[in-house]
Amino acid sequence: MSIHLDIDHVSIEFDTPKGKFKALDSVNLKIAKGEFVSLIGHSGCGKSTVLNIVAGLLKATQGGIVLDGKEVDEPGPERAVVFQNHSLLPWLTSYQNVELAVKQVFKGKKSKAEMKEWIEHNLKLVHMEHAMHKKPSEISGGMKQRVGIARALAMQPTVLLMDEPFGALDALTRSHLQDSLMEIQNTLHNTVIMITHDVDEAVLLSDRIVMMTNGPSATVGEILHVDLPRPRERLALADDPHYNHLRAEVLRFLHERHAKKDTPTRSGSEVKKASVSETKVSAENHPTEQKDQTASRVAA
Amino acid sequence: MSRVVQTLESLPWAAPFVRLSRGEDPKAQFNAILRAVGVPLLAFAIFIGIWGAAASRIETSLGTLPGPSQVMEQAGNLWQEHQAERAKADAFYERQTTRNEERLANNPDAVVKWRDYNGRPTFVDQILTSLTTVFTGFFLAVLIAVPIGIVCGLSPTMYAAVNPLIQIFKPVSPLAWLPLVTMVVSAVYVSNDPMFAKSFVTSAITVTLCCMWPTLVNTIVGVSSLEKDLINVSEVLRLSWMTKVRKVVLPFAIPMIFTGMRLSLGVGWMVLIAAEMLAQNPGLGKFVWDEFQNGSSNSLGRIMVAVFTIGIIGFILDRLMLSIQRAVSWDKSADIR
Repeated sequence: MSIHLDIDHVSIEFDTPKGKFKALDSVNLKIAKGEFVSLIGHSGCGKSTVLNIVAGLLKATQGGIVLDGKEVDEPGPERAVVFQNHSLLPWLTSYQNVELAVKQVFKGKKSKAEMKEWIEHNLKLVHMEHAMHKKPSEISGGMKQRVGIARALAMQPTVLLMDEPFGALDALTRSHLQDSLMEIQNTLHNTVIMITHDVDEAVLLSDRIVMMTNGPSATVGEILHVDLPRPRERLALADDPHYNHLRAEVLRFLHERHAKKDTPTRSGSEVKKASVSETKVSAENHPTEQKDQTASRVAA
Repeated sequence: MSRVVQTLESLPWAAPFVRLSRGEDPKAQFNAILRAVGVPLLAFAIFIGIWGAAASRIETSLGTLPGPSQVMEQAGNLWQEHQAERAKADAFYERQTTRNEERLANNPDAVVKWRDYNGRPTFVDQILTSLTTVFTGFFLAVLIAVPIGIVCGLSPTMYAAVNPLIQIFKPVSPLAWLPLVTMVVSAVYVSNDPMFAKSFVTSAITVTLCCMWPTLVNTIVGVSSLEKDLINVSEVLRLSWMTKVRKVVLPFAIPMIFTGMRLSLGVGWMVLIAAEMLAQNPGLGKFVWDEFQNGSSNSLGRIMVAVFTIGIIGFILDRLMLSIQRAVSWDKSADIR
């Protein structure tokens, strides 16, 4: 596989009143073109920080991001972001929100009519053509997120970054949006990094699930390849043993090996909580070996 | 028609009347009318009663303090004086026109002069002068405060630089500014054919100096409370500084800016009266001062007419700004009062 996006040993430190705080330690991840990668982990583990570094909104203290052979350290529309709480401009209609992005990205490249067509095309893609000229306050949370996705897609990004895009939505709306996203993905084959803390969502949507260890000094803990055939069908998968196995793998990682210290684990005190330094290994190169190592350490 | 009804229904005091005319639950509507119209009217009547009773007991060197009826009488007098003055002005222009036409008819090459009527400004003229002055000062203030506010709101460094100046100059009274402004205007604004009277410029600038602060502070607060997400959006889109200000920052801060402008106009109107008194700008301030110096038996009544006029105009200006504020606010759910 050729490397499209390379998150190369990224570490970041923040200045706090109590001194330096190392949020991420040597996060290493290589992503191929058209791949859908989920980042999963407990809240506060630095998932969003990784995404913000890729987006260029934060600068890595060490390491960097290489996109198609070029280092990127500033924000740009080729790495469009879908924010958790939609971040639409409340005084603009859905159409105008997408238009703002399209005008900025395709200035001088598309004619007025082409832009209009492109905006409408993207809103149709997320099934929002009926509420194109409504303001964010007049549409539901799920619809706002749809517009947010349309805005990001309209930038024609090389990498689409999604920061818990469905986190603030109710379960039913969430599954509708996940289906929409899979449908779009089947036609566009974008490279996507999505942050989530929903195990089902991660397994359903991703090609790979990157599980992160707990902070501080969080890093890539384990990587799980989701080799379920596409297109995937939510209902059919519910009874699929392989799907459930993958799901269990993620759950096991989150709840046994890297349970939050302040939350009791399912297996109680018997499970020794892996400290961060133990798991700080480049999981990228030897995923299976890494898994064994971690397992043996937990057992020890 | 239906739009008119809708607008009326959105007004708290008119809504019960609209509903009553539709025959919705008359008893509830009568109660609502009593609360919305009856209570304020009763309170006003009590105020008039107390004022009338108290005023008749206060003897000043200019006679008894005028009660409501005397003040009404003076308001009528002021209106009649205005009518009389207008009639005189019309008569003057008519005479001038006929005279000049006659001269031109006799001799087409005659040089005729057109003069303006130089009568005394009436109470209505003075109100108009005051309004012109306050709006000039107010617009100058907005023109200065909004750009500075945007820059300071976006840059913590600029804010740190400007904030001490704001804190120092904000509490300064117009009476302290006025002598300085007068001297500076006299020194700087020198022209043989001035477009504006010096007293007008002095008053307007004093209003500007006193009323720019609420707009400035509110603009800074509005701009600096811009949500991090929206900043991120503009960064991902790589909007230029100007586009970011135009498309993201300004629309976001507009409600706060207008809140500031509303406060500013209120402060400006209050300050104007004092400024006009001292600068002798022929507005309401000068009217009050002249009546005070005049000291006739009618003076106190006329001053009270001015007091009510100032109050009512201030109230109208505030309502005007409030409706603009409501119209420009993108957050229609916000309760703006």
